[in-house]
Amino acid sequence: MSTGTGSGTSSWVTMTVNGVEYRRELDNRTTVLDLLREHLGLTGAKKGCDHGQCGACTVLVDGRRANSCLLPAVAQDGAEVTTVEGLAAGDELHPVQQAFLDRDAFQCGYCTPGQLCSAVGVFAEAAAGHPSHVTDPGRASGQGPVELSRAEIRERMSGNLCRCGAYPNIVAAIEDVTR
Amino acid sequence: MKPFGYQRPATVEAAVEAFAATPGARYLAGGTNLMDLMKHGVETPAVLVDVSRLPLDAVEELPDGGVRAGATVRNSDLAAHPLVHDRFPVLSQALLAGASGQLRNMATTGGNLLQRTRCGYFQDTSAACNKREPGSGCAARDGVHRDHAVLGHSERCVATHPSDMAVALAALDAVVELYGPEGARTVPVAEFHRLPGEHPERDTVIRPGELITAVTVPGTAAGRPSAYRKARDRASYAFALASVAAVLDTDEDGTVRAVGLAFGGLAHRPWRARLAETALLGQRLTEEAVARAVDAELALAEPLRDNGFKVPLARNLAVHTLSGLAPARSPQRL
Ligand SMILES: Cc1cc2nc3c(=O)[nH]c(=O)nc-3n(C[C@H](O)[C@H](O)[C@H](O)COP(=O)(O)OP(=O)(O)OC[C@H]3O[C@@H](n4cnc5c(N)ncnc54)[C@H](O)[C@@H]3O)c2cc1C
Ligand code: SF4
Ligand code: FES
Ligand code: FES
Repeated sequence: MSTGTGSGTSSWVTMTVNGVEYRRELDNRTTVLDLLREHLGLTGAKKGCDHGQCGACTVLVDGRRANSCLLPAVAQDGAEVTTVEGLAAGDELHPVQQAFLDRDAFQCGYCTPGQLCSAVGVFAEAAAGHPSHVTDPGRASGQGPVELSRAEIRERMSGNLCRCGAYPNIVAAIEDVTR
Repeated sequence: MKPFGYQRPATVEAAVEAFAATPGARYLAGGTNLMDLMKHGVETPAVLVDVSRLPLDAVEELPDGGVRAGATVRNSDLAAHPLVHDRFPVLSQALLAGASGQLRNMATTGGNLLQRTRCGYFQDTSAACNKREPGSGCAARDGVHRDHAVLGHSERCVATHPSDMAVALAALDAVVELYGPEGARTVPVAEFHRLPGEHPERDTVIRPGELITAVTVPGTAAGRPSAYRKARDRASYAFALASVAAVLDTDEDGTVRAVGLAFGGLAHRPWRARLAETALLGQRLTEEAVARAVDAELALAEPLRDNGFKVPLARNLAVHTLSGLAPARSPQRL
């Protein structure tokens, strides 16, 4: 694995994206978001703010959701990344994608790829029993999955803004998947 | 963004050496603050020394019942860890009140402590800012400063420290472990961040090239009632206008045996409310006693033109949070 020499300003980076391994020499300034969009042609993840403030760039890195606009690609060397393009199994949509369609959980759709990846991350975090800001603090650790109430969904999805204000349907779609 | 080199040393010693050997080096952890500032042109490192994969990612129990959290533990993992969540609820709650799920998955213990102020002028390289460029002035003092400090600010800088986690750690008497060119040392979290004074460019007492290796929370407060409350402009995913971390130990009739109280969003560092704590020791925890103690602390406040609202906001947060921690049987409980 390349650890960089520090002398040059570019590095070789290996990354598995949606199951496909890529190896590229990248300027160290390249973020994971720019790698996806500009180098790999995966334009699902969106650049909204480029500063961690909107969530449009959310992807899963080693199974956990992250803002790809703040991740230097070189620091994610060796990572497994899943983008919105990788959520479906062939023609079969991921349940949360289907729920977004069923619930009409978008208008312009710009925030949607980030919302979808974030929701997938939320399911994993809740299943692992991770608390949120609105989880009863008295709930002891080790009690299994956290149930995703509407309040839990809203809090856990707060890192994904929607300028169209599709929030009610986004929450409803995510709630459908938990049922 | 300016081009930069990148190194990923495998050990703490190698990281400290790499930093010392490279002018303009910066440690990179989760990158959620550093990358942001690099895009703004506020940070222009020559080389990033990536510490995010150093073997500093353990959360361990200490013999006294406390907990030691490595510098690279992710904020989300720390918040969910049973040792933290069940023994030091205030710390778990503070972490979960910060940023978003995505950001907490990347943000680390060390990076969270060392995140820079969110003052808009600090992030804007065209503005006067003594913290970014010593001697250039402070655009916030007479500018937009609704989010800024009411306690401990100076003529030079009125910024606040944005971390939620650090406020809880200050109330818990936590300690920062450092390793640098001169070896290892420890600093209490409550003394780690500085007041701006004449040198707002220095946020903390960290020395050049020093690496945070861990934070330890002593077992003293393990299991005590504790809580974090944060007031912000929206219900989630916003920095604190004011926040409070409280840890309480009372005997059965509600007499205060020990108390840790710290404010966030009010100063250049987590504001440990020593005056209020002293006033409460040995007192019965009535709402009046709490209010009197908190008022004594906040009498130190010197609000700016547009942030006077923070003082009653912080007061009410503190009074309600502390009163809410009183033993259930105490008639004073709100
Ligand atoms: C939109 C947004 C909202 C946010 N909201 C909140 C909020 O509500 N509350 C809150 O508390 N925070 C909030 N944050 C800030 C977030 O918590 C910090 O960005 C994060 O904790 C920084 O951790 P990091 O590991 O990503 O640090 P990095 O960005 O990697 O580093 C930050 C600084 O610390 C230094 N550093 C990192 N690790 C070490 C180490 N081990 N030793 C020495 N130096 C080190 C770096 O050199 C750099 O100067 C928000 C951030 C964003 C972008
Ligand atoms: S308050 Fe501090 S950080 Fe903000 S402009 Fe003034 S000197 Fe800079
Ligand atoms: S583009 Fe990354 S959070 Fe907005
Ligand atoms: S659907 Fe338009 S931003 Fe969310």
